[in-house]
Amino acid sequence: MKKLHFLEVEGNTKGFYTFLGLFGLISLIGVLAAYHMEHNGHWVTGMSNQVIWGTPHVFAIFLIVAASGALNIASISSVFAKTAYKPLARLSGILAISLLSGGLVVLLLDLGRPDRLIVAMTKFNFVSIFTWNILLYTGFMAIVGIYLWTMMDRPYNNLTKKAGMAAFIWRLILTTGTGSIFGFLVAREAYDSALLAPMFIIMSFSFGLAFFLLFLMGSYKYTQRDLGDYMVNRLKNLLGVFVAAVLYFVIVYHMTNLYSADHRDITQFILTSGGIYTFLFWVVQIALGSIVPLALLYGPTGNNRTMIGLASVLVILGGLAQLYIIIIGGQVYPMHLFPGMEVTSSFYDGVVASYAPSLPEFLLGMGGVGVTLLLATIAIAAMKFLPASLADEIADPHGK
Amino acid sequence: MTINIENKNNDETVNSLNKDAESSRRNFIFGSVAAAGLSVAPGMMLYQTANARSLSDFSLKEGASSKVRWGMLVDTTKDVDWNKCVDACNKEHGLGNEKNSRDDQKTQYIRVVDVKNKGTGYSMSLPVMCQHCESAPCVDVCPTGASMKRPDGIVLVDRHRCIGCRYCMMACPYKARSFVHEVLTDQTENTPRGKGCVESCNMCVNRIDNGQEPACVEASGGAIIFGDLNDSESPISKILSKHGGKQIRADLKLNPGVHYQGI
Repeated sequence: MKKLHFLEVEGNTKGFYTFLGLFGLISLIGVLAAYHMEHNGHWVTGMSNQVIWGTPHVFAIFLIVAASGALNIASISSVFAKTAYKPLARLSGILAISLLSGGLVVLLLDLGRPDRLIVAMTKFNFVSIFTWNILLYTGFMAIVGIYLWTMMDRPYNNLTKKAGMAAFIWRLILTTGTGSIFGFLVAREAYDSALLAPMFIIMSFSFGLAFFLLFLMGSYKYTQRDLGDYMVNRLKNLLGVFVAAVLYFVIVYHMTNLYSADHRDITQFILTSGGIYTFLFWVVQIALGSIVPLALLYGPTGNNRTMIGLASVLVILGGLAQLYIIIIGGQVYPMHLFPGMEVTSSFYDGVVASYAPSLPEFLLGMGGVGVTLLLATIAIAAMKFLPASLADEIADPHGK
Repeated sequence: MTINIENKNNDETVNSLNKDAESSRRNFIFGSVAAAGLSVAPGMMLYQTANARSLSDFSLKEGASSKVRWGMLVDTTKDVDWNKCVDACNKEHGLGNEKNSRDDQKTQYIRVVDVKNKGTGYSMSLPVMCQHCESAPCVDVCPTGASMKRPDGIVLVDRHRCIGCRYCMMACPYKARSFVHEVLTDQTENTPRGKGCVESCNMCVNRIDNGQEPACVEASGGAIIFGDLNDSESPISKILSKHGGKQIRADLKLNPGVHYQGI
């Protein structure tokens, strides 16, 4: 096995500036969209007193969940001592930080009063899962930062395993916390399930790895570095396992909900009569986001980079659809003030709420993706996150 | 019992004047509450009223006390136009002044809910507002503590602390909260409302602290009784102990302060 060495991406190139400009522009548009929403108030969005969290939350939670998943590669290398993944551990750490930053920016800018960030950072209610999440997110940044430091500063390399273990445990708690934001809402039938926390963890594995694969293949392609089949195939096989695991959890989640009478209505709504939500479930989440990627990854196209890239994109789209169904589908379905009774009011009790995502919401969400990519792009040019080559003779520990 | 006297030096003149004023106000308000109670529970004698504390006893010069738990009892069997309560609430808190918001974005502190049993065809209407839960989910989930419960059981939002995350709205089983979707002007003095914050029925805390009943109670013509649930001598406690009452979604075990009869 040839010696692995890391090298910054050359920053002073047309290609680099093009990407920087593109991601910067997407981020800027996101910020402008947020300004539009904050300046006018949320009436310019599709959100309402019925659908309280809209499209920005779908993106924000996707990015936050993907952040902890992106760290998986580093964890596999440090915690589970799989040396094959060691070359990717640094990228895994920095993508985790970038994804979390992007998600938090969206979450912050969608607040009614983002100017009161200082209140959120100084006044804590420790009973609130949101408060835990604020601490978990900032802690995650710090721990992954230290973890990266131990990886990149040779004298501290011996601490990598410990830091990696801390980061691994932290990310499990973090995703449990994110899932619990919904899991503890007893009033809403769609969310009232302890299964949400572990399901969010397995979703994070899948979404995070899909994003990781795309970034890895993209950055190696545009910097003309070698990326051998050995590494890509390991990652795509792992992605397939995670996609299948998410599918398993989705089936168990809906089956258990169908089994308990008080959750049957909402489950039937999502699965059969929910209009756009039913469409998103079967067509985007299940077919395009799960079955097709599995076929692409494990079928005859399994070694084709384009197809692996396409599968990763589909996993991300399926993930966004899944979160859209959980977050928005779970809100449009009415809460039962009087179970078993027909209820109506001027406040839309008893009816399925309507929600159409507005352009500013979508742009704000995309802005979070822009921020993620911008940070990661700057990072790989500023510091040695990417191996100069991941050709098979370097990446394969058993290779000659 | 007079907590209205701040200056504790023994100025007898002031003391007696205060007591007189207090006494007449107490009698008046208590009389109305008692009358309301009587009309809610026909045939029930409230002869022990002399021992019960009156609303004006609580016109606050000090902080709210946990010895008290304010609550309401709504009699849905009364033939009442509940929209009067909605109108009174809107007027009291200056609601309905949104210019841009869609209907599903406008604030409602109290709403009239029509309930129909599909099987039997039985139907009824009732006003639903913040239920002022003892174990309030909105208070639990609020990251900054802006959503809070006073020691006397009133659940409300500190609008200087609310960051507009709306988690409380997700958590409320009664859909009692609204988000201010736009810039508002001409707010009433007692109810500051601002864009980007969450708000809900605060049981007319401004009125209670002045020794008055909530606006919806006043407008209900006796169909809603307001009082101290901790005081076994209060009309609301007496009626609840004798005739019972139900809480909406009692299965969630949040112990709301708002009780209903006829649901």
